[in-house]
Amino acid sequence: MDLEKLKERVLTLAPEAELEENKQFLTFIIPTGKLHYIALKLKEDEDTAFDYLFCQSGTDMGKYLMVVYHLKSTTHDHSLVLKVKTEDRQNPSFDSVCDIWRTAEFHEREIFDMLGIWFNNHTDLRRLFLDDNWVGFPLRKDYQDEVNIVEI
Amino acid sequence: MASNIYDNFVTSLTQWIHNGLYHMLPPFWALVAELTIIGLVFLLFYAVVGLFLVYAERKVCAFMQNRVGPNRVGPYGIFQTIADFIKLLMKELVKIKNSDQLLFNLAPFIVIIASFMAIAAIPFSKGLHAIDFDIGILYVIAVSSLGVVGVLLAGWSSNNKYSLIGAMRSGAQIISYELSVGMSLLTIIILAGTMQFSEIVQGQEYGWFIFKGHIPAFIAFIIFLIASTAETNRGPFDLAEAESELTAGFHTEYSGIKFAFFFLAEYMNMFIVASIGATVFLGGWMPFHVWGWTGFNQVMDYIPPLFWYFGKTGFIIWLMMWFKWTFPRLRIDQLLTLEWKYLLPINLFNILLMAFVVLMGWHF
Amino acid sequence: MKEVIHTPVPSVEEEEYHINMGPQHPSTHGVLRLVVSLQGEIVKSLKPHCGYIHRGMEKMCEKDTYPQIIHLTDRMDYLSAHINNHAVCLLVENALQIEVPERVKYVRTIMDELCRIQSHQLWWSSFGMDLGGLTCFFYGLRDREKILDIWEETTGARFLQSYYTPGGLMWDIHPDFQKKTKEFLKYFRKKIRDYEKILSGNVIFRERSRNIGVLSKEDAISFGVTGPSGRGSGFSCDIRKHNPYALYDKVEFKEILYHEGDTLARYMVRMDEMYESMHIIDQLIDNIPQGDYSAKMKAVIKLPAGEYYQRVETARGELGLYCISDGNKTPYRLKFRTPSFSNLSVLDHITRGLKIADLVAIGGSLDLVIPDIDR
Repeated sequence: MDLEKLKERVLTLAPEAELEENKQFLTFIIPTGKLHYIALKLKEDEDTAFDYLFCQSGTDMGKYLMVVYHLKSTTHDHSLVLKVKTEDRQNPSFDSVCDIWRTAEFHEREIFDMLGIWFNNHTDLRRLFLDDNWVGFPLRKDYQDEVNIVEI
Repeated sequence: MASNIYDNFVTSLTQWIHNGLYHMLPPFWALVAELTIIGLVFLLFYAVVGLFLVYAERKVCAFMQNRVGPNRVGPYGIFQTIADFIKLLMKELVKIKNSDQLLFNLAPFIVIIASFMAIAAIPFSKGLHAIDFDIGILYVIAVSSLGVVGVLLAGWSSNNKYSLIGAMRSGAQIISYELSVGMSLLTIIILAGTMQFSEIVQGQEYGWFIFKGHIPAFIAFIIFLIASTAETNRGPFDLAEAESELTAGFHTEYSGIKFAFFFLAEYMNMFIVASIGATVFLGGWMPFHVWGWTGFNQVMDYIPPLFWYFGKTGFIIWLMMWFKWTFPRLRIDQLLTLEWKYLLPINLFNILLMAFVVLMGWHF
Repeated sequence: MKEVIHTPVPSVEEEEYHINMGPQHPSTHGVLRLVVSLQGEIVKSLKPHCGYIHRGMEKMCEKDTYPQIIHLTDRMDYLSAHINNHAVCLLVENALQIEVPERVKYVRTIMDELCRIQSHQLWWSSFGMDLGGLTCFFYGLRDREKILDIWEETTGARFLQSYYTPGGLMWDIHPDFQKKTKEFLKYFRKKIRDYEKILSGNVIFRERSRNIGVLSKEDAISFGVTGPSGRGSGFSCDIRKHNPYALYDKVEFKEILYHEGDTLARYMVRMDEMYESMHIIDQLIDNIPQGDYSAKMKAVIKLPAGEYYQRVETARGELGLYCISDGNKTPYRLKFRTPSFSNLSVLDHITRGLKIADLVAIGGSLDLVIPDIDR
């Protein structure tokens, strides 16, 4: 599927999606409520068939928290990037996609561990790398840690 | 025969000690003294051979793995095992709180006693053995089965999941393979017509049984090698102590001298099964004779029987070490499948074949 | 803020018990703790506990300049150190649209393939050792020493070299590099036949690995299992073919695919990849052009604002670097998408219903390097 058709397909599924220009891959910011629906449709439709989630990362962009999904189709060889944002820093949460791509199980646990973003309907969301009783989310920009971080 | 020189030396030495003791002490005490001397000699032999085998294994394994092995402690590292033994003696004996103390302490001794009893029946040279039962082979098989009790006790009383898994695996394995060992020896008993060790060796005067019995004896030898390696928890069948899976299996919790006992017992078991194999299949202390070539036979006789005996046992031990260091490990279910679905039917067929061969007189 | 859930204790059914493998254990290659729930010898489920070697690399990268990040990536998957470095260099070079000299591309490709061979040699050694063939350990490492000697001569270090820099190499290759590499190739072509005789052809090994830990192609794609583990299930994911970098579009090599998805397939993929790597080096080693060993770079490297994704094929799978830059000399956010992270997630799925001995074999065939998981 070429880029134009892909663009159209995503905009059909979510008319409120914003296209980001001049990026390496075709990038859309999609509304958080429709994340699971769009993801499922993109995987299951035969002409998009995005079956490979090759990177899922979370970032603290200062004003908002963002999760980025890098998708690829192994059959059609096209790629897509989806982003979801939230400005809620106290209780950020998105829908989990681990029932669509099972690699998300570990990736979402890591994002929860590092950024505190909760994923609804995740099978087993708990910290991955840090101790269970760790306080704070290290990858946030306002994370302070006297003991473990040495500022030069 | 030239071997007469060596026989006479041994016989005269034992006669001299026997007469000396009965001369000096009342009969009961002379018997006690004689038995004590024999026991001490065997203990010494056991320990020395054990130490030597540990060293040999380390060197053989090192050469197969493209490295040198111990070479610092003494010339060519020959004192390495003694140094290890002293170190083990000095280690703390870790006591486990919630375990059955009696069974925990008893287990290594049972393993040693079982292998020690088996050694008593094996002939090292003409007339040089402790007991000469007329059911020699049966005795040896029966007594070496006692070792499994020690292993199971060790695993159970350690109060440790890893040890228990290791002991269970080991128990199942040893009990299964005893069948194969017994039946392959049975094949040769059919050929020899007797279970007495000295008679078996004497019967190989003009050809070792592995040649005399050709095909069925050869098959029995292969099965014996495989089954006895499994019996002693060695080689590709060592999942009871599989380091990469279960740390150390049934002897995880043992330290110091008790661990040394398990370790020693494993090597001595290997020695015992190798010597049984050498005695029954390869002629024991009997030199290599060929029927009819008297000149050749006389030359062979000049080599002392002890030399033949240790040479053959050494060869089989070397074979066992060779395949331990080459092959990967079998899984427990594959191991049991091998025994019950493959070795057992082949064994049964082999016994029939041997019986047929003996009846028809188609052996040498 | 939602409450952090405490680690749920796996429910204990009748006759089920838990074994703890690790973090120190002879066969989990690195510090990984596996809590295995067993019924007799059968694995019912398994929960990996990571984080024993978590060093906070992604947080460190936010304060490090790009040349400094190269040294961090060495220590992630330390067996593919060169390839990890290559990823960072490519990220910078592609973002700044810098063309590196041909000589650099040749040397980088050859070093990458040597890195792949030595990683597979170490994998083979430890895989054999895990299964009980202890001699394999010594044979594989003896041959790996030859590659380490080549590297020591050129880069100064046997391990964790940090030889690539953005724009080129740290210094030029040693004059003996080509000769030694050709000697190594001749030597190793003979030795690899020994490897096949010891393990691949051995019936015990085949029985321990055939039909063990079958991973279907759909599962491999869904779990994101890349590299030789994914290619053993028929998932065509070789970045060197799909998104070529350095000289991979100019050399001729095959992408090795097996379709059975069991341990034996993953094993055979790696064995065949060693042949392919030697073939690639053969095509390049005699033709290294003269020239500079580095392009001219500014002293301070600043990536223009934007997002960049760079992927390379390490010995374990797809390494992805996702960089969000705001124009400074340090990245705003650098995410490492590491291959062993996704490969680990599939361990529970494919080990259910098998025995402990199989767990060891499967863990070995997935070729996990724990610092790659934890970063």
